[in-house]
Amino acid sequence: MFEYCTNPDTLGSLAWASCYLTTGKHLSFYSSFGTVLVLLAITAPVALAFGFGGAAMARSKVRVARWFGKAYIAIVRGVPDIAFFMFFVIALDQGFEYLLHQVNCPDWDQPIRQGNDFIVCSAAKLPLSTSPQWIHEIYGFFLAVLTFAIVFGAFAANVIFGAMNAVPRAQIETAGAYGMTTGQTFWRIIVPQMWVYALPGLSNLWMVLIKATPLLFLLGVEDIVYWARELGGTKHARFTDYPHGDWRMWYFLVLLVFYLAFTKVSEVVLNRLMRRLSHGQATAGGEALRRAAV
Amino acid sequence: MSCLQTISDYGLRSIGIGERLLPTTDFTLCHQVTLIGSGMIWNIYFGLIALAAGFFLATAVALGKASENLWLRKPSEWFIFLFRGSPLFIQFFFAYFLFLNLRSTIEFFEPFTAAWLGATIVLFLNTSAYAGEIFYGALQSIPKGDSEAADAFGFSGFTKFRKIVWPTMMRLAWPAYTNEAIFLFHATTLVFFSGFPAWRQQGDALYYASYFADKTFNPFVPYPILAGYFILLTLIVIGLFSLVNRRLNRHLPSEFRPKIRYRPKLIR
Repeated sequence: MFEYCTNPDTLGSLAWASCYLTTGKHLSFYSSFGTVLVLLAITAPVALAFGFGGAAMARSKVRVARWFGKAYIAIVRGVPDIAFFMFFVIALDQGFEYLLHQVNCPDWDQPIRQGNDFIVCSAAKLPLSTSPQWIHEIYGFFLAVLTFAIVFGAFAANVIFGAMNAVPRAQIETAGAYGMTTGQTFWRIIVPQMWVYALPGLSNLWMVLIKATPLLFLLGVEDIVYWARELGGTKHARFTDYPHGDWRMWYFLVLLVFYLAFTKVSEVVLNRLMRRLSHGQATAGGEALRRAAV
Repeated sequence: MSCLQTISDYGLRSIGIGERLLPTTDFTLCHQVTLIGSGMIWNIYFGLIALAAGFFLATAVALGKASENLWLRKPSEWFIFLFRGSPLFIQFFFAYFLFLNLRSTIEFFEPFTAAWLGATIVLFLNTSAYAGEIFYGALQSIPKGDSEAADAFGFSGFTKFRKIVWPTMMRLAWPAYTNEAIFLFHATTLVFFSGFPAWRQQGDALYYASYFADKTFNPFVPYPILAGYFILLTLIVIGLFSLVNRRLNRHLPSEFRPKIRYRPKLIR
């Protein structure tokens, strides 16, 4: 990247490190930290929306919706979540391709599952084999976001469902006594009040979401884990400008420190947020704040 | 080929007994159920060893964190922060490459790069940190009266810990510790996806499940089988821990006994 990197004299000096750390591949490595942050920024609200929908369904009066919501919440129970990640990525991909296949190729007469193969017509391939590389990458990322959102949406639904039930019963009954409909009670009474009850669970979920981001690697996205393995692996003089031994340990040490710092910062911010939300609330946290102020 | 034949061929495949090659064509349901079940041996092995050893370190870490001595408290706090603040996935990777580097200089670290030892150590340290935090929380909420009563009866030092503090701590921590145990078992599925190689394709349940999903390109059979096994394992863990819970609380009237509630804590 720098001019002096072309000069072999820099080898062995500190300037060499600056050359090494600014190779094109390293820049990709740095930008993959951005990928992780973008994933978090997209997934968190989407998962929250999924969770909200799931929780609202689980307390619905309509039986089918309630079953669906409860079942959605229940998928988090008993099964390792990594299994969900690996399952949903393939299942979603095949599901989309199957739907496109039904739409685009109605006169295709062969079965889609032939033995060990999953065959759809070429117009239903996702992404289309003719599309450029970046579409493939975006599609992989999109699948990953959707998978994260589904899995974490179920966790969030669990938290929000509990929070909705934690809103004092008397509030809901009062709303009924004032003649509010179920919908009005839900939107005007339950939803504004549930957040303070949901926040501890949701902040826990945020921490878990941060710690789940390395699983992107398993979903085939070129994330920080991918680059750390690539860049850290043994390099030979024949293949790269900067040959070195097996440095993967140091790359993963960097990732470890990155995550530790990230969770620490989140913890501090979330504690502040909780403090602010608890202010004046009729909860133990609010009471503690009141006592401290007196 | 009958299903019994398959079971005798692949039932212990994950620990290297039976057929050498994994099935490559004509996957039957029996193949999948048998092999994934065989992989569960690894999950149970990792979970049991880490849990059993981690229990003691967790107690030590909890006591350390609650200690007034700075030299005991700070290392315990850092230990808990290090393992709870970073993803287990990254811990596995880091440990694997660390062992790999150590092995190249010191002969002794040869077995550490294999999953049976290396991954067990990481899981052991990880669960110690999580359980240590749980035990610490319980230690902080031991009723003051219990401790004062112990003093009044002339208990002190180790006897007081052994007879009063430790049983109460266990009693208070047990429901949360049950959840920790369940999620430790779930976390064992990460092992073979995080650097540690599956030697001669001897992997855990998820390893075989993803093997079948890759080969058949059909995720709808192996993953539900895996889910079934894990739900079963979860139920067994809850059952066993409830027995201990009942014993820990046997002096309390039944309506005061805390129930073990399954609260999913997800990935670590």
